[in-house]
Amino acid sequence: MKIIEVENLVKKFGNFVANDHLTFSVDEGEIYGFLGANGAGKTTAMKILCGLSAPTSGKVLVAGYDVYTQTEMIKKRIGYMSQRFSLFEDLSVWENFQFFGGIYGLPAAKIRERTTELLGRLGLESEKNQILGSLPLGWKQKLAFSVAIIHQPSIVFLDEPTGGVDPITRRQFWEIIYETANQGITVFVTTHYMDEAEYCRRVSIMADGKIVALDTPANLKAKYQAANIEEVFLKIARG
Amino acid sequence: MSPSISIKAVNITKRYGDKTALDDISFEVNRGELFGFIGPDGAGKTSLFRLITSLLIPDGGTLTVDGLDTVKDYTKLRKILGYMPGRFSLYQDLTVEENLRFFAGIFKTTLEANYDLVKDIYSHIEPFKTRKAGKLSGGMKQKLALSCALIHKPEILVLDEPTTGVDAVSRIEFWEMLNKLRQSGITIIVSTPYMDEASRCDRVALIQGGKIMSIDTPEAIRNNFGRDLWALKADDIYRLLVDLRRFESTWTAFPFGEHIHLSLSDKSIKPAEIALYLEALGHSNVHISKIEPSIEDCFMEMMSVGSGTGEE
Amino acid sequence: MRSFIIKEFYHIFRDIRSMVVLFGMPVIQVLLFGFALSTEIKNAPVAIIDQSNDQVTRAITSKLLSSGFFILSDQVPGEGHIDEVFRRGKVKEVIIFESDFSKKLEKDHRAGIQLIADASDPNTANLLVSYTSAIILDYQQEYLKGMSLPLTVKTESQMMYNPALKSVFMFVPGVITILLMLITAMMTSISIAREKELGTMEILLVSPMRPIQIIAGKVLPYVLLAFSNAVIILLLSYFVLGMPVKGSLFLLLAESLLFIIMALSLGIFISTVSKSQQMAMMLSMFALMLPTILLSGFIFPIENMPLPLQVISNLMPPRWFIIIVKSIMIKGLGFQYIWKETLIIAGMALFFIALSIKKFKIRLE
Repeated sequence: MKIIEVENLVKKFGNFVANDHLTFSVDEGEIYGFLGANGAGKTTAMKILCGLSAPTSGKVLVAGYDVYTQTEMIKKRIGYMSQRFSLFEDLSVWENFQFFGGIYGLPAAKIRERTTELLGRLGLESEKNQILGSLPLGWKQKLAFSVAIIHQPSIVFLDEPTGGVDPITRRQFWEIIYETANQGITVFVTTHYMDEAEYCRRVSIMADGKIVALDTPANLKAKYQAANIEEVFLKIARG
Repeated sequence: MSPSISIKAVNITKRYGDKTALDDISFEVNRGELFGFIGPDGAGKTSLFRLITSLLIPDGGTLTVDGLDTVKDYTKLRKILGYMPGRFSLYQDLTVEENLRFFAGIFKTTLEANYDLVKDIYSHIEPFKTRKAGKLSGGMKQKLALSCALIHKPEILVLDEPTTGVDAVSRIEFWEMLNKLRQSGITIIVSTPYMDEASRCDRVALIQGGKIMSIDTPEAIRNNFGRDLWALKADDIYRLLVDLRRFESTWTAFPFGEHIHLSLSDKSIKPAEIALYLEALGHSNVHISKIEPSIEDCFMEMMSVGSGTGEE
Repeated sequence: MRSFIIKEFYHIFRDIRSMVVLFGMPVIQVLLFGFALSTEIKNAPVAIIDQSNDQVTRAITSKLLSSGFFILSDQVPGEGHIDEVFRRGKVKEVIIFESDFSKKLEKDHRAGIQLIADASDPNTANLLVSYTSAIILDYQQEYLKGMSLPLTVKTESQMMYNPALKSVFMFVPGVITILLMLITAMMTSISIAREKELGTMEILLVSPMRPIQIIAGKVLPYVLLAFSNAVIILLLSYFVLGMPVKGSLFLLLAESLLFIIMALSLGIFISTVSKSQQMAMMLSMFALMLPTILLSGFIFPIENMPLPLQVISNLMPPRWFIIIVKSIMIKGLGFQYIWKETLIIAGMALFFIALSIKKFKIRLE
């Protein structure tokens, strides 16, 4: 089943075409890598998929809902985490979970159950009363991810979730992503670490507002005769 | 002080309240060297660079740059430094050219006088010189920031995470520029969280948790890995990782792109034994090959040794 | 330095919001007061209590009523019930002639008229009282013509509900003071805090510029802007409000410049203790604006404050500047009458400059 369906998505800002006839789809339970240079139009497309901005034209369905008319339904079914916005630094871990659970309208008992479950999975139960600001960056990122899936969304959008994180924590983070995908939550992720692109089932690469490549990492490497995704990326970017 | 040494740090400690950002670190950077500090966020890179640029005072130890003490001789020191802070720190409401002229002005020079110096870099963004800095793309912002840091012909260039948040193509271009600059004899210290950028430096310091884990040339660091490293591949990569973690002789197992890098605590284990173990668990298409460790492998190995366990 | 100042002007002129604040506010404020001033007095209802009802009081009454400014109200309050007619809003002013008015005038050469105005609308009340007094004075001079002895009609005015009546003229010094304070202190503190927030301060610190140069570079453009603002306010108040400058214009401008420098150094001081633009803004609002408005004597007369607040008001720079402006503009006094206030402001300026330079960090912590 397709959880995201995009056909001929166009987004213009005045004369500037940020997204130029994008067509792609994301399967349910898939880890989908959304790559592209800065300014290629990734953020614009991501905002549209999250229901934060309306497309100029084209068909966009997220979790079966139309981004033109059903953004409220979409927002209930998605989770979002970015490197920039994560959690409240001056609240404790537990309070952050309570707050975000409340935002998604979960009943108190459900929030408690999910918080215990998610903290247990991270092995951070004993830290639940710690103020978030005092925790190491890697833990914060993992906690932010857990909060993004507290309401068991159909799909979670991760915008450069591992920026600046140490290499071991980065890998632990990806293991959590795998686990989440195994539970049927679709993961839509952007990253600047090209090795992370290999962890995705499929990746698309954007340049100048267009999707210029979309396939499994293995097929892309074969097609561009490259040793890794970074080479693919450079070959595409340099024409 | 040897004239060939540019930066000399002896037992530097920096604390913020009860948090120790830098814990008794010492190192030397040679004149004309491209020296990298490689480590994740929170390792202490920014604190160290602010100490070197005299923006902070160490709680312990001494730090000299070209023989100038960062505490006592800061006025002289600031004349020879070019600094690019971690955040994009230019005036977003000024145009590209206005920014450059401003920074030339505060160092009592002009764009024209030092145009040759920044020409290579500035020429990339010169077509956009009337555009506001805030409207530039990430890669162009970095180029402008570098031009501004270079405009007064500094002897030492301090670049704090210049490639963070910049796409892969711009990152490579940026390193190519640094490479050219190095040939002009300027000392460059640069920090980065991207381990793969280590190979671009003459020497690197791997930094984690306020401590330097290792200082050497990238080759020497790789040669000192100390264990055999295997790259494994199979159809179900996630299950492969889980099963490898359970393998008796596994020291570390980490995903690396489409492979899993495996190091063993027992040197006598042959790849055939690993293959056998995996096939017994029902893995198909298992490929095992011995590989040379990358800086990232070395970094994780040192982190693992430092924390005393292979797994965490 | 030069490039620094140029840069600063770019910032100011490209930020439309601060431009609006800089140049829109004085115009709006002055026009607002100008509008308040132009409420003309015409047919204002007055009540007259004539306790002597003799030839002189009748003559004064008819002179008042024929002036066109006043109209006699049919409300005649009994003594002690003046309050009521004001409350009903039917009467703006009550004029009371004391008993045996003309007899006293002939015998003692003095007689009293009491003027009571509803000062809940202070501008109107003030005008009413001054018009009434002028008309009575006029009558007195006519009456005196044929006499050799000096006679005085003593008018005694009382402002109800707002005893410390604020003349509109009194507002202009207050407005100048507040605007100069706001523009200079707030704008500089925010612009320095912005450099910290954006991280550009880091680069400036690592340059060979000395703290005094960075401060001067940030401040000079604002000195010019604030000064041009002061000139705009004065021009507007002269042409729109008809507010004269009785004393030396040069002295007034010089004093304004001094006050601007004081406010700027205060702004720098605020910025050295705030980390973000938001914090600088809050500090400026609470530490500067409110005391300026409340404690400077602009709105509430200092004499009526409780003693502790009176003492605190001495520390408010605007308090002294308002005195200076009033003395020059309204009273037309020269420097010899305001040197004390000038010295206080100069002292404050020096204090804040010294403090800022000491507080200005050459490093990040």
